[in-house]
Amino acid sequence: MANTATRSFLQVAATEEATTPLRVVQIEGLVILKIIKHCKEFSPALVTGQLLGLDVGSVLEVTNCFPFPIREEDEEIEAEGANYQLEMMRCLREVNVDNNTVGWYQSTLFGSFQTVELIETFMNYQENIRRCVCIIYDPSRSNQGVLALKALKLSDSFMELYRSNNFTGEKLREKNLSWVDIFEEIPIKVSNSALVSAFMTELEADTPVTQCDYDRLQLSTSPFLERNVEFLIECMDDLSMEQQKFQFYYRNLSRQQAQQQAWLQKRRAENMARKNAGEEPLPEEDPSNPIFKPIPEPSRLDSFLITNQIANYCNQINGVAGQSFSRLYLMKALHEN
Amino acid sequence: MGSNEQTVLQFVPSPTSVSARVHPLVIFNICDCYVRRPDQAERVIGTLLGSVLPDGTVDIRNSYAVPHNESSDQVALDIDYHHNMLSSHQKVNPKEVIVGWFSTGTVTGGSALIHEFYSREVSNPIHLTVDTEFRSGNAAIKAFISVSLSLGDLQLAAQFQEIPLDLRMVEAEQIGFDVLKPTNVDKLPSDLEGMEASMERLLALIDDVYKYVDDVVEGRVAPDNKIGRFISNTVTSLPKLSPHAFDKLMNDSLQDQLLLLYLSSITRTQLSLAEKLNTAAQIL
Repeated sequence: MANTATRSFLQVAATEEATTPLRVVQIEGLVILKIIKHCKEFSPALVTGQLLGLDVGSVLEVTNCFPFPIREEDEEIEAEGANYQLEMMRCLREVNVDNNTVGWYQSTLFGSFQTVELIETFMNYQENIRRCVCIIYDPSRSNQGVLALKALKLSDSFMELYRSNNFTGEKLREKNLSWVDIFEEIPIKVSNSALVSAFMTELEADTPVTQCDYDRLQLSTSPFLERNVEFLIECMDDLSMEQQKFQFYYRNLSRQQAQQQAWLQKRRAENMARKNAGEEPLPEEDPSNPIFKPIPEPSRLDSFLITNQIANYCNQINGVAGQSFSRLYLMKALHEN
Repeated sequence: MGSNEQTVLQFVPSPTSVSARVHPLVIFNICDCYVRRPDQAERVIGTLLGSVLPDGTVDIRNSYAVPHNESSDQVALDIDYHHNMLSSHQKVNPKEVIVGWFSTGTVTGGSALIHEFYSREVSNPIHLTVDTEFRSGNAAIKAFISVSLSLGDLQLAAQFQEIPLDLRMVEAEQIGFDVLKPTNVDKLPSDLEGMEASMERLLALIDDVYKYVDDVVEGRVAPDNKIGRFISNTVTSLPKLSPHAFDKLMNDSLQDQLLLLYLSSITRTQLSLAEKLNTAAQIL
C-alpha cells in the first residue's frame, strides 16, 4: 500500500517535472547584493560567478551565489578554478547553503552580452543542469537608479539548432526562428527571509529621499547615451560586414549555378551528338568537376547575435531617452514654478 | 614608594580602529546564516572580511559563517574550514582581509575565547554582534573591540568595549528598499516605474515644503530659522536663467533625445526589413 503510494507520488513528480516550463526566477535579496558587490568592485572588468539554489516546479529559486576569481588563459589556472569551485561548494554545504547549481551570473557593460561565448557557456551548463539560468547585471546602468538585473535562458528551439550546428537560412525558416527567439527573458521575483525583512524595516533610514531617487533625477545622461550610440555604430559595422559575407555567398552561388547550367547544356548537346552516332551517352553529373562542389553557406548565428545586440541598444536608448523626457519636463515645470 | 606611584590600574586603549563601517551585504549574510543554522545551534559565528581605511575606520564588506560547537565552558571552532574559506575568498578579492568576527545574539562567555583566536589572526579584531532574536526589542547591531585592563605591566583582564558603528545603507538605497524590505516582490521595477515613484516622492516633498511655508507665514507654526535657511538654499540652488536661455537649453536637449529616438527607431525598421530580405533571398 505504502509502496504504491510512493511510486505514484514519484510518477506524479516525474510527469510534473517534464511538463512545467520555467516561469519565474526567484532571487533572494542576499544574492542581489552579492552579485552587485562583486560586479561593482571589478567594474569595468567583466566578472562571473555561480548561482546556487533550488528548482521547484516552474520556479527556480536562487538562494545563494559565489564569485569566480578572474579567469586567466592558462590551463593550470583553469584546473585551479575548478578546484576552487568544488571547494567553495563543499564549504557552503557545510553551513547548510543549498548545494545545487542553478546557473551563473555575469556582469556586462552597456548591455553588450549577446556573444557566442555566452551561448557556449550556456550549452556547457545545460549539459549538466536541466534547468539553468543566466543572470546579467549591468553596473553602468545602476548609476541611474535602475536595478539592471536580467534573467535569461536560451530558447529550446535555438538550443536544438545550436546542437546540430546548422544555421542555414533554410533550417531557420523551417523552424521559424528569428533573432528575437534566441534568448528568453524570465521574469524575476525577489524574496527575503522574514528576519532580513525585519532588520531592513528597522534599519531603513528616516530620510524621505534615498540615493536611488538622486540617481534617477540626475539630469545628465549624455555619457551613457554617447557610449550606447558608439556601440550601436560598431555593431552596425559588424552587421554590414556580415551582410557582405552573405552577398558574396549569393553571388558565388548564382555564378556557380550559371556555370552548372552551361556545363549541363554542353553535356546534353554532346550526348545528343553521341546518341545520333550510336554511342553510349555520358553521365549528366560529374562529381569531380569543381563547379559541382557545394559552396558552404555562412552561418547566420553571428548576424543573429549582432541583430539582437543592436535591438538591445535601441531598447536602451529608447528607455533612457524616455526617462530623460520626463526629467526635462519635470525640470521645466520646476523652473516655471 | 616611587615605583608604587607608577603602577596604575588602567585600560590600554588600542590606538587604531576607532570606528567600524558595515555594508548591508554583511547583515544579509549573517541573517541568512542564522536562518540556516544547524538544528541545535543557538547562534552562528563567522569571519568578517574587509579592510582598514587610511583614517583607521574598519570597513566590513564581506563575511562567511564558520561552523562551531559550543558548550558551557569551551568553544570548538572549525579552524580548517575557516582557513579554506579564507583562501577561497582571497582568490577572488585579495584586498579583503580578516578584520574580525561576528556572532548573533549578544556577547557571551565563550566570546572571549573566540576573540582570542581571532586576535591571533589579526591584530585588534572587531567583534560584531547582530541581535537576530530581537531580545532588546529592536535590531541591535553592535561592534566591539577588546580593551585590556592592566596593572602596570601586568595584564589583568580584557573587556569588550563598544565602538561607533556606521551602517552604510547607501548601497541598499541604490537598489531600493522596496526591493530589499518586503518578503516577496513580484516584479522588479522598470525604468519608468522607478522614475514615477521618484517623481511622486519629489512632488510630496515639495507639497510638504509649501505647506510648511504657508503655515509659517500664517503664524500657525513657530518659524525655525534652520529650516528657513535650508529652503532658501534649495531655492537658490536652481540656476538663474533667463526664460529665453532656459527654453533654448530645454529645446536643445529635447531635440537631441528625439534625434536619438528617431535613430533607434530607424535602426529597428532596418533590422526588420533586413530580416525579411534575408529570408526571401533564399528563394533563387
